[in-house]
Amino acid sequence: MTATMRADSDGTSRTTQTLSVQQALNRALADELEADPRMLVFGEDVGVLGGVFRVTDGLQARFGAVRVFDTPLAESAILGTAVGLAIAGFRPVPEVQFDGFAYPAFDQIVSQVARYRYRSRGRLPMPITLRVPSYGGIRAPELHGESTEAFWAHVAGLKVVSPSNAHEAYHLLRASIQDPDPVIFLEPKSRYWQKSEVDLARSGGVRGARIVRPGTHLSILSWGAMVDRALRAADIAAEDGVETEVVDLRWLSPIDTATIAESVGRTRRAVVVHEAARTAGLGAEVSARITERLFDRLRAPVQRVTGYDVPTPSGALEDEQIPSVHRILLGMQRVLEYRRG
Amino acid sequence: MPEPTREQERELYTCVIRARALDVELVRWHRQGIIPGFPPSIGHEATQVGAAAALDRTRDFVFPMYRELGLALAMGVDILGYLGNHNGDWNGGSFDPVASRFTPIQSVVGSNGPHAVGWALGQKIDGRDGVALACIGDGGTSQGDTHEAMNFAGVWKLPVVFLVSNNQWAISVPLAEQVAGGSIAARAAGYGFPGVAIDGNDLLAVRAAVMDAVERARRGEGPTLIESRIYRRGPHATSDDPGRYRTLEDERRDAGEDPVIRYRRSALERDIIDESFVAEVDSEAAVWLEGIRSYLTTLPPRGGETLFENVYAELTDDLVEQRDAWAQDARA
Ligand SMILES: Cc1ncc(C[n+]2csc(CCOP(=O)(O)OP(=O)(O)O)c2C)c(N)n1
Repeated sequence: MTATMRADSDGTSRTTQTLSVQQALNRALADELEADPRMLVFGEDVGVLGGVFRVTDGLQARFGAVRVFDTPLAESAILGTAVGLAIAGFRPVPEVQFDGFAYPAFDQIVSQVARYRYRSRGRLPMPITLRVPSYGGIRAPELHGESTEAFWAHVAGLKVVSPSNAHEAYHLLRASIQDPDPVIFLEPKSRYWQKSEVDLARSGGVRGARIVRPGTHLSILSWGAMVDRALRAADIAAEDGVETEVVDLRWLSPIDTATIAESVGRTRRAVVVHEAARTAGLGAEVSARITERLFDRLRAPVQRVTGYDVPTPSGALEDEQIPSVHRILLGMQRVLEYRRG
Repeated sequence: MPEPTREQERELYTCVIRARALDVELVRWHRQGIIPGFPPSIGHEATQVGAAAALDRTRDFVFPMYRELGLALAMGVDILGYLGNHNGDWNGGSFDPVASRFTPIQSVVGSNGPHAVGWALGQKIDGRDGVALACIGDGGTSQGDTHEAMNFAGVWKLPVVFLVSNNQWAISVPLAEQVAGGSIAARAAGYGFPGVAIDGNDLLAVRAAVMDAVERARRGEGPTLIESRIYRRGPHATSDDPGRYRTLEDERRDAGEDPVIRYRRSALERDIIDESFVAEVDSEAAVWLEGIRSYLTTLPPRGGETLFENVYAELTDDLVEQRDAWAQDARA
């Protein structure tokens, strides 16, 4: 991917800026709209309003209502329209407004978007990137705080990506849009307003997982909003001399098994953290891969720190469901103190 | 609207005859164990061939469901590839959808409507004048996707023709228990575009109605819903037993005149064809069928490697690993 150097108002060329996740995503969309005239942004309220989270803010004014447009309120047709546009040679980047409203589009995503390349034997690829404001943490109403990654990761033909900070958001969204395959892009909405340094020119690599913090005693494997909590837990544990490695998976499908195995192969202890319900969550997949590759090397069974197997709860109980720094620390303690019976 | 030339009508006749003959044979081949299953289009021929005759194969695009044999034939789709969907060779068929301007065969009832809408939107954005034909059954009109597609198409005034083949049955459920109010065409009013009900057993009437709708769409005036009233003269699929939900007397009473016989009669009456042409078409169809039969019976087994191809643009590490494991297990 080529990054553009931009002249700032003081006349200097700078590629590093402090941006929120929301601004970084907005910038990525603008840069891709600029780069590829076949790319289209559409969904509910993405045009004049700029999206309920303002991720598409200003794009319609800049690129026009042909390339950035509002749709009627119908998720299945939004995804179905994306399929038809892809057949017509466009690069659709639809949005569904909240995680739980991807469920009405489930059929189009799973039966159509995911399979069209395969069933057309490569002749009708689906370079669609579905953006989904995802996960909890903002005290939103029911079905506005779901963790859907395991549904999509289970489906052959889809790729699933989830960024953890502004720099990652910018580069991963651009990589997803450029990807020739359909990507479900899960934006951690609780992080939308978090600012950090974004180097627009240098991605630092956009494929696979990324080791965010090196460590030697154990590895935490997580993604999205949970990476920040894992880092905070690692900071606290460091005060007790525990060196925690934090791995941001980024691509939840295909999962970067090599990086996971490399990390856990060194630290020999692993904790998987996600806020989705535990049963058949991605934590199960990650632990199974670790066991398959590192059975002899593990010093403790892989621990999962996850949401409970309950419907995503309302705001008042949200903090009980989403792994807290405290619960992550307890999970770390369990792998560190594990003794063979 | 141009009337078909004599030559064009002879082609339409040939196509209708072949569609029917292949359907009849496929049911037989199923009984002989040559193909695992098949949804016959017996009774749909006039609608399908008539609709295809109204399309321009260089610029329009068809979004079919699973009961579209006659339409595929008339669109020039590679029929051996098309049958791949039914003989277990490849999901959706293995014909080239881009060259055919005919998407892979669809299993999910209703889901193709939004695809037609997206493709038609692409035409509008690109300033082209192609028209999308979305094929839906009476049962399929109950799907939310059909409603969503029609609403999108109406709001955006897209060049889409929604062709509903109302064959009176959705497997075992009759129209009265499927469609409130009984008229599918009437629904178009709610989407802000015209809906017409036509006699779908009359090939030339179908051709004319679809042509009108296509011309309207090309002029930028938006979608049309065509309810083509026909009768499913056979089982839903080779595995279906219509005797459980309708009697032979019902069928005789409700089906009306067979659209294939009707078109032959009409073409003979109008001197488009004569008895010797009829015989010639029949004997050519027999040769053609024999070719398809021998293809189906000698089709080599598909190589297992193809299992892993085209899931993604490139094989993922996981798929490489699984393909290698498959190869090893296959050798063991
Ligand atoms: C979404 C969906 N639900 C159920 C089915 C199973 N099914 C296949 S065909 C069919 C009936 C469809 O009837 P209709 O739309 O009238 O078309 P026809 O088969 O009569 O041509 C059903 C229920 C399906 N294919 N897709």
